[in-house]
Amino acid sequence: MTLVKTKIGRRAFIRNTGLASGGLVLGFNWLASCKMTPEQVNSLPKEWFDLNGFLKVGDNGLVTIMSPNPEIGQNVKTAMPMIVAEELDVAWKDVIVEQAPLNTDIFTRQLAGGSQSIRQGWESLRMAGATARQMLKEAAAQAWQVPVSEITTKEGQLMHEASGKSAGYGEMASAATAIEVPEEVELKDINTFSIIGTNKKNVDGPKIVTGQPLYGLDVQREGMLIAMIVHPPAFGMKYKSMNAESVKSMPGIKDVFHFEVYPETVEKQWSDGGGIPELVAIVGNSTWECMQAKKALEVEWEEASKLESTAYHDEALTALLEKPTEQPARKDGDVDAAFKKAAKIVESTYSAPYLAHNTMEPMNFFAHVTSEKAELLGPIQTPEFLEKTLVSRLGMPAEKIDIMMTRMGGGFGRRLYGTFAVEAAAISQKMNAPVKLVYSREDDMTQGTYRPSYKVKYKAGLDENGNLIAWHVRGAGTNDDLIFEDRFPAGAVDNYLAEKHVLPTNVTTGAWRAPRSNFIAGAEQAFMDEVAEASGKDPIEFRLELFDRAINNPVGDPKKNDYDPERYAGVLKLVKEKANWNDTDNGKSRGVSAYYCHNSYVAQVLDLEEGSGTPKVGKVWCAVDCGIVINPLSAKNQVEGGIVDGIGHSTFSAMTFTDGKPNQSNFDKYRLIRNMEAPKEVETFFVDNGIDPTGLGEPSLPPIVGALANALYKATGRRHYSQPFISDRPPLVG
Amino acid sequence: MALFTLNINGKKQEVDVDPTTPMLWVLRDHLNLVGTKYGCGIAQCGACTIHLDGTATRACMLPVSSVGNQNITTIEGLSENGDHPVQKAWLEVDVPQCGYCQAGQIMTAASLLEKNPNPTDEEIEMAMNGNICRCGTYLRIRKAVKMAANS
Repeated sequence: MTLVKTKIGRRAFIRNTGLASGGLVLGFNWLASCKMTPEQVNSLPKEWFDLNGFLKVGDNGLVTIMSPNPEIGQNVKTAMPMIVAEELDVAWKDVIVEQAPLNTDIFTRQLAGGSQSIRQGWESLRMAGATARQMLKEAAAQAWQVPVSEITTKEGQLMHEASGKSAGYGEMASAATAIEVPEEVELKDINTFSIIGTNKKNVDGPKIVTGQPLYGLDVQREGMLIAMIVHPPAFGMKYKSMNAESVKSMPGIKDVFHFEVYPETVEKQWSDGGGIPELVAIVGNSTWECMQAKKALEVEWEEASKLESTAYHDEALTALLEKPTEQPARKDGDVDAAFKKAAKIVESTYSAPYLAHNTMEPMNFFAHVTSEKAELLGPIQTPEFLEKTLVSRLGMPAEKIDIMMTRMGGGFGRRLYGTFAVEAAAISQKMNAPVKLVYSREDDMTQGTYRPSYKVKYKAGLDENGNLIAWHVRGAGTNDDLIFEDRFPAGAVDNYLAEKHVLPTNVTTGAWRAPRSNFIAGAEQAFMDEVAEASGKDPIEFRLELFDRAINNPVGDPKKNDYDPERYAGVLKLVKEKANWNDTDNGKSRGVSAYYCHNSYVAQVLDLEEGSGTPKVGKVWCAVDCGIVINPLSAKNQVEGGIVDGIGHSTFSAMTFTDGKPNQSNFDKYRLIRNMEAPKEVETFFVDNGIDPTGLGEPSLPPIVGALANALYKATGRRHYSQPFISDRPPLVG
Repeated sequence: MALFTLNINGKKQEVDVDPTTPMLWVLRDHLNLVGTKYGCGIAQCGACTIHLDGTATRACMLPVSSVGNQNITTIEGLSENGDHPVQKAWLEVDVPQCGYCQAGQIMTAASLLEKNPNPTDEEIEMAMNGNICRCGTYLRIRKAVKMAANS
């Protein structure tokens, strides 16, 4: 039993905020509720009682739980309500889940990013459930005239053993609304959890498999117009002029105009980072008519800044790798002196291209802006920041702006940058009509907020016994500095130097699933393999020796090291055992890798099988330490997805530029991993340690790139330094 | 603009649209059947897969004028109550992450099993290879197709 103060998120527990009726307030209930079984529909309560902003209890015992955070496929819409339901102590079958709209009065951090929803929501979600449960208990105690301490609960039932009295939550819900919100509540002992840690299916599953409207692109409204944008064809160009008249008379077209998305007066948020300040809008009755007009429209653009090509990015990044930085990011010991006395030196450079996010649902947003209010509905990972921008862009107070998140057809970081929602609002305001802005796939891919292009150079020194005595890493990225200087192997090597360069470019970049880690993990773990080979040691033993050093005799201030070497070594030992690592006689080419990011630890072993001339990924073993696992069924899905994603992008995908113009604009040129190229099997093992949960949307992706590169070396005898790996020679069946 | 009478999910539906309009947008914009998804518009991703007389077809490059009397089935019409064996298997395996591509995946799988009720692992991978899942649920997709085949 743990007692916690209800201080955090206490605003959420003030009743009658209007939020508890969720979608209804904003009129979005057509897509808000889900996971309603036919039985539930037939037995909907006559009345709902708001116990706090997170939940309401029906007079018949059904419970509606709001899922506060945006759902991008990471399955928080199931997991977050599971945490509330656990502490409320209600049967999961009696729970209806609704997506909460943006409401900063009640919820904190309504953001999908950094794999933080569960980690940062853990306490407030538990507290929301526990607070409501406490109030129901108090109501029962008053009704039965017994001490509240004698009341127990189980799956939506209140019981008083001595008197034999019992009641369902629904019967006490009305009375519970009159109970004062407790100052302190009791949280469950984690060993008594009955919902957390069990397999629960995706609450939107039934709607997904029957094609019901769920996504932003599915929004339909009376009188709604479709809008599309025309953006500059190249980064570095801006709008000059157009001849819109002939296009305006095309069938179904309402208007064609040039507009400023971000006039200079707009106070931009970080989430507006990639926004193009001026665009052309085409507004019409239907998507196809807008697409036809878009094809016919001729816009003149002019050069505003340098038109950069991939060759330039490559050369400039390579040049930076030769240049010491003025101030190292971290320096322990003296690497130069250590290299001088080293028995062996290993040196390699790794690189990766820009990547587009390519969510399957292209960017879109619904907006209805009138002089009275603004209604925004669509896929956005950062609704709170969008609201701030809209206050400035529309000249309207936040109270008049309603923002509702739809389920998203993928995020991967792209929808952190909600410029498309600002564009939709600006177009709706101009048209004085409800508008759904739709990006074509080409718009989506060529007006991206890309994963930066990276290069990193490693140099390691070994003594005559094969011990690592020096490690030097120098990284460079476009608009990004790449290196996490305090991550492993920092703290495990006496002489350590980390340097980072940034190459400023006008190609828009941003967070892409596991930012920086998505490249640096694979590079570091591939290089680690090279160094282990040079040391003559087994790659896992080599890493474990380093973790031993970081545990027993860390270099520098151990608090500075951004990882826990025991948990790191723990996943590596677990995967070693599960994959039967020492069985080298199995005819498979194996690679290993381990990485820590987003507060979670992952180690993987990947087997390649000989295919018809080219190897194919066989089985992947994955050990994960993310603390308590809320929903193993979907947690494993996340892990598998991250693995497929990492293999796919490192093997096949690249975004390149010629004179500022993206060379790939659709899936005919931009290759994504497909079914046949995915691993045969993934087996995931979670460390059971009872630690508070950490992120899982991203951590399985970064290390797999290293495991793949290391297995490819075993299979082909050749190191793969440059992503996509397929650019050298096809490494996988495809 | 021209008037077309279409057979969709067992019902006759009339639309007055530009004859070049792809079925994808006829379904989504004009008939409010939004289960068929837009992913690429060039028949590369499979998100818009429908059945045309039982055959899996990409709706994004299928002009409405070319459909004629053929029967169109969309995800909304695959089963009355969402209980097609493929839909049931998808729920049982808990395939979706973001879920956006899954209607297209399900339509492709249903068409495969109609023609080949007991596909091998390789036949499943081959048949499903045209449908991109950006979240990477390919392993669960294979498992669900197998489960549906065995049901």
